[in-house]
Amino acid sequence: MAKKETTVKRNILSIFIEELSKSSLVFILLAIFTGLIIGGILAAGTTERVWQAFGRSFTEGIRESLKLIWLTYSSLFKGSFGDPAKMISALLSGDKTRIFSDWKNFLESLVVTTPYLFSGIAVALGFQAGIFNIGAEGQLYMGSIMAAWAGFTFKGLPPIVHVPLALGTGILAGGLWGFIPGFIKAKTGASEVINTIMMNYIAFALVQYLIANPFQDPVQGFKTPLIEQSAHLYRFFEDPLRLHIGFVIAIIIAILAWFFLYKTTWGYEFRAVGFNPHASKYSGINSPIITILALTISGAIAGLAGASEMLGVNFRQTQALSTGYGFDAIAIALLAKNHPLGIIITSMLFGFMRHGSRVMQLKTQIPIDIISILQSFIILFIAAPAIIRTIYRLKEPGKKEFKVEITSRVSGEKL
Amino acid sequence: MAPILELCGITKHFPGVLANDHIDLQLNKGEILAILGENGAGKTTLMNILYGLYSADEGIIKIKGKVINCQSPTDAINAGIGMVHQHFMLIPVFTVTENVMLGNEYIRTAGILDRQKAAKRIQEISDLYKLNIDPQALIEDLPVGLQQRVEIIKLLFRNADILIMDEPTAVLTPQEVKELFKIMKSLVERGKSIIFITHKLKEVMECADRIMVIRAGRVVGEATPKTSNPAKLAAMMVGRPVDLNVEKEPAKPKEPVLKVEDLTVIDRFNKVVVDQVSFEVRAGEIFGIAGVQGNGQTELVRCLTGLMKSESGKIYILGKEVTHQDPRTITELGTAHIPEDRQKDGLILQNPVRYNLIMNTYFKEPFSKGIVLQPEAINKNAERLVKDFDIRTPGIDAAVSVLSGGNQQKVIVAREFSRPIKLLIAAQPTRGLDVGSIEYIHERLIEKRDQGCGVLLVSTELDEVMQLADRIAVMYRGKLIATVDADAVTKEDIGLLMAGIKTEIKAKKRRPKKIREIVT
Amino acid sequence: MANKIQVVTNRFRRIDPHQQRQRLYGIFFLLIAIFIWIAFSRSTAPDLQTIFVTTPGGAQIATPDITFNTFFVLNVLVVLCAALGVYQVLKGFGKYSNYVLSLVGILLVVSFLAWGAAGGSINVGGLLRVMILRSVPITLGAMAGILCERVGIINIAIEGMMVTGALVGAIFGSLYGLWMGMLIATIAGGLISTIHAILSIKYKIDQIISGTIVNIFTIGLTSYIVTKILQNRDWQHLNQCGFFNPINLPILSKIPYIGPIFFSHNIYVYVMYLLIIILTFVLFYTKWGLRLRACGEHPKAADTLGINVFKTRYTGVILGGLLAGFAGSFFSLGSVGYFEQLMTAGRGFISLAAMIFGRWTPIGALGSGLLFGFAESLANNLSLLRFPIPAEFLIMLPYILTMVILAGVVGRSRGPAAAGTPYEKESL
Repeated sequence: MAKKETTVKRNILSIFIEELSKSSLVFILLAIFTGLIIGGILAAGTTERVWQAFGRSFTEGIRESLKLIWLTYSSLFKGSFGDPAKMISALLSGDKTRIFSDWKNFLESLVVTTPYLFSGIAVALGFQAGIFNIGAEGQLYMGSIMAAWAGFTFKGLPPIVHVPLALGTGILAGGLWGFIPGFIKAKTGASEVINTIMMNYIAFALVQYLIANPFQDPVQGFKTPLIEQSAHLYRFFEDPLRLHIGFVIAIIIAILAWFFLYKTTWGYEFRAVGFNPHASKYSGINSPIITILALTISGAIAGLAGASEMLGVNFRQTQALSTGYGFDAIAIALLAKNHPLGIIITSMLFGFMRHGSRVMQLKTQIPIDIISILQSFIILFIAAPAIIRTIYRLKEPGKKEFKVEITSRVSGEKL
Repeated sequence: MAPILELCGITKHFPGVLANDHIDLQLNKGEILAILGENGAGKTTLMNILYGLYSADEGIIKIKGKVINCQSPTDAINAGIGMVHQHFMLIPVFTVTENVMLGNEYIRTAGILDRQKAAKRIQEISDLYKLNIDPQALIEDLPVGLQQRVEIIKLLFRNADILIMDEPTAVLTPQEVKELFKIMKSLVERGKSIIFITHKLKEVMECADRIMVIRAGRVVGEATPKTSNPAKLAAMMVGRPVDLNVEKEPAKPKEPVLKVEDLTVIDRFNKVVVDQVSFEVRAGEIFGIAGVQGNGQTELVRCLTGLMKSESGKIYILGKEVTHQDPRTITELGTAHIPEDRQKDGLILQNPVRYNLIMNTYFKEPFSKGIVLQPEAINKNAERLVKDFDIRTPGIDAAVSVLSGGNQQKVIVAREFSRPIKLLIAAQPTRGLDVGSIEYIHERLIEKRDQGCGVLLVSTELDEVMQLADRIAVMYRGKLIATVDADAVTKEDIGLLMAGIKTEIKAKKRRPKKIREIVT
Repeated sequence: MANKIQVVTNRFRRIDPHQQRQRLYGIFFLLIAIFIWIAFSRSTAPDLQTIFVTTPGGAQIATPDITFNTFFVLNVLVVLCAALGVYQVLKGFGKYSNYVLSLVGILLVVSFLAWGAAGGSINVGGLLRVMILRSVPITLGAMAGILCERVGIINIAIEGMMVTGALVGAIFGSLYGLWMGMLIATIAGGLISTIHAILSIKYKIDQIISGTIVNIFTIGLTSYIVTKILQNRDWQHLNQCGFFNPINLPILSKIPYIGPIFFSHNIYVYVMYLLIIILTFVLFYTKWGLRLRACGEHPKAADTLGINVFKTRYTGVILGGLLAGFAGSFFSLGSVGYFEQLMTAGRGFISLAAMIFGRWTPIGALGSGLLFGFAESLANNLSLLRFPIPAEFLIMLPYILTMVILAGVVGRSRGPAAAGTPYEKESL
């Protein structure tokens, strides 16, 4: 059973590849790249035009596929950002109308990013404390509808009062929605995984009830009344640019979260409990309290996501549909290894893709759901770098492997 | 006669470490071969290779002269090799029968289990070797000593001829150890051959026919009990002449720092694991609690340190009642705790060394102002402690998980000792450590005692307790059944107590000098 | 130098906690009795009658209805519960206390129905029949979860596998007929679970995360297919699979009262009954079951005895996936006859709670499944009856029930000891 050491020919290329394989940024990029390829294959494989082209000949089929894939990704890119050439020249020209039209996609992508940023931070804070918050979506909707309620109920308030009031209501609602499973976990040990999911479904049903009954718009039915103008979040530009101050708030929250987690004793306690609840107990940290706190804060920030969407974009609550925010937030958090500053980047990745995919759908008839498939592949590859390594035959790094550090206490606890 | 088992040139690498270095070994039929070495020497790795759990990088295994290929435990079992592991491989919620026949089940048609037939065979084996096992019992209901016998039955059920036993006496009382040796002798009389892995010198002298000493992955010597003695063996094991004596001034105890009154703790299965225990620990003495694992010591310590709630009774530290207080309050009073499970309770493995060194004090000045952490103060403290306590680490930022067991324990010691402490609670402080680290820990414990601390030492290593403690108590089934002066008892007396047998102990003459057993 | 030898007792002392819990149960029973009295009995006029219709709609034989005086029966129930409560407080039912608790629960529900339908009728037979039907996906899902968790792998992707099974069943059922649809759906579930297996066993990813990944992936994939294909006018025919018709079992369906409720269903129900028996038998009476359970309790022990833990775990997870895919196909092929987004509505997650509540046994899964099925059936019925509770709150009922059960049960139940921990080979 003796293994023979084969001497590797050390040329520049192999050394470069070796170094590359150790870098974690490369992994992320490779993961995204592989995901894009798979997405492209899926898109091509389910489009009629491509089938027909293959029917004619193989090369035609390939050509048609490549055309489709290029169209898909270029429209995705343009939809998310815009045309770089046009954008720069518009800036240089100083013409307001041109700037607005050419930068529209980019700014709108930021708008779409905002709730992702909030919920990504929410979920990441939970993860750092060892909590799986899969209920971000329900918390978001609770925040959304309660912010709407505060928005249309109070009339005649100045914006400086109304906006914080409405946001605060949303934060409280989301916080409550996170508190309940947190409390249950602290008191009974029941895993938050299933409970937060259950709270999602309860939230959907509750919102449904509210918009059909007490909160119903007397005229239009099955939605809430429009919120007061005084509750609208400040927008930076005129219509149709929708960038609102929610985005800035989200960035601030991200920075605060970073400071909290890495520079304060409270954040230290969060992470300690996430790493090792037993030793944390010995060092005097009250683990159940941290659990409750983590889920409540997580819920509050997710509620803030909903409130921000409501007050900045939607202005009234219609039916709550499961759009996958919750799962997306988990992906965003994992990709950034739960680091708040990293989440700014990864949430932009998701937000831009989401927005761009709407344009893409218009141009190519490829449903935006392909983004979900893409995203799940990306997390897959991030969570298991070994898969990427197998695909690209990269060597194993000598030092400790770049692993997604989710200290999951659930692994040790049973569901 | 040819040896029944031969290992030739076994070599095994792990990342960064050469666990086995061209090891040769012979085992003759009907012989008990002891493999002696301290923790981390490579003995378990070698046996795992023999049993097919690991694959060797180089070397061959021969049974009765024929080369065999042990790629998996199935191969080993088919070759007649069986292994009793240090940590039992038993499923608590299954019965004895199910555990024994797992993998080699007796079946009726279509895969249906034949529990009766298997139970009958187990009963036969049990009667033949006087093992006294009930096939229908659930493992979790059996005491540890009997669980070990189930492991032995597992081997005999599969007609093993070569039995490997890995540290079998770690969890046994001295009486149970004697019985185990009797069973081993009767096995050998029936033609079985036994390899016996241990680090305990006295046992090796008692039961082995031949002894092989391994150090740092290499065979460094062979001996027989007749031609050797504990001192020579210890020197071979450690690689340097070892001082078998511990120097200790007589204790000068003062006022009590810890007082426990009628403490009762109940676990989640409604067992009374600590049953109205009372004792006190005085400043300037080492109070040792001896006892086999599983008699309530763990829960007692967890209760004293605030990690577990008691049902009734009172605890006083430095005169203050701390019965249901949280760990931080207890720590702030001047208590230090070296926990039994250092990786679970004592360290946050993913955190860097510098954070683990302030695990109990991070919230105080100078390590934080208000809620903001002060990295400079934290780093300075870490650098100082690493130097003072000689902690071998790649840096103060290294995650503590990369440190060796001994150095991890040093981190804990450094942290606990860097506070002003009056009471030190040390639970199994030298478990799994190499000799050098053990000596270090023992020296620190005595040092603290001489500085005026009260030290509560809880250990399953009887020799450690006998050497270090000034007064000794024994815990059995949750009760503290005796408290004696260390000079006034022999190991046999304590051994009996650990098995629940109380005798009247007549005062003995003070013995002049104590020989210390290397407790690796 | 021993004089007297006395052996200290050989066992740990134990205390009996049951007494405290017995009393709490007893007080609870009494409270239920009082509740029934105040909420139901007192608000019922003495001359009202309730009719419990026992013939479910569409049954072959009509069984006579049960008619009774509401007020009288409610009071009887009050007295019964009170009596049980008093007995429990004074003497206690011992280990049967949990069964008595279930009994009291049933009495509470009966009183609720009697009260709600006072002056009218309620089709209890239909209620119970729908209960069986609604319990199918949850029971099957719970059994899928049992297969996975008993072998050591936590599987929260049952929901995703169910959605896949429902969609695949609908599409292939439309193309090739119901049986093919069922078969392919089952296989699809197995394929999806293979992904989960590879991620958690080979790559040792945290099992919750790999389950989440699978869920994201399947939900994305299925909505993609639905949007791209099924909502396209040209492809409508792919979503018209139809459903299995009920089969009345020859003798069994003629048993009065019970026949129409248990034995007049479509094939899925009968397969569920069969699977419960088979799974129980295999898990606890065969060598494969023993080895499977060993891998979930103490994989290292199994490994040292020559059992291939990895292979066993793959087998368990894939079998569980097949079952989950089958369960998913029930939503389309066994129920409405087409696929619709969000039709599984979290039942995959509820299955996990049912599994825990049923202590990881198939019979327990059936019991919990019936409980959830009854909750859904009741909610459905009530909204038809125009009860004062809004329909949306009735929808919430199963989810709230799940949370209550998990909160109450988790601390006291022990699942497979090694579930959730990836098995590392070379680390003794």
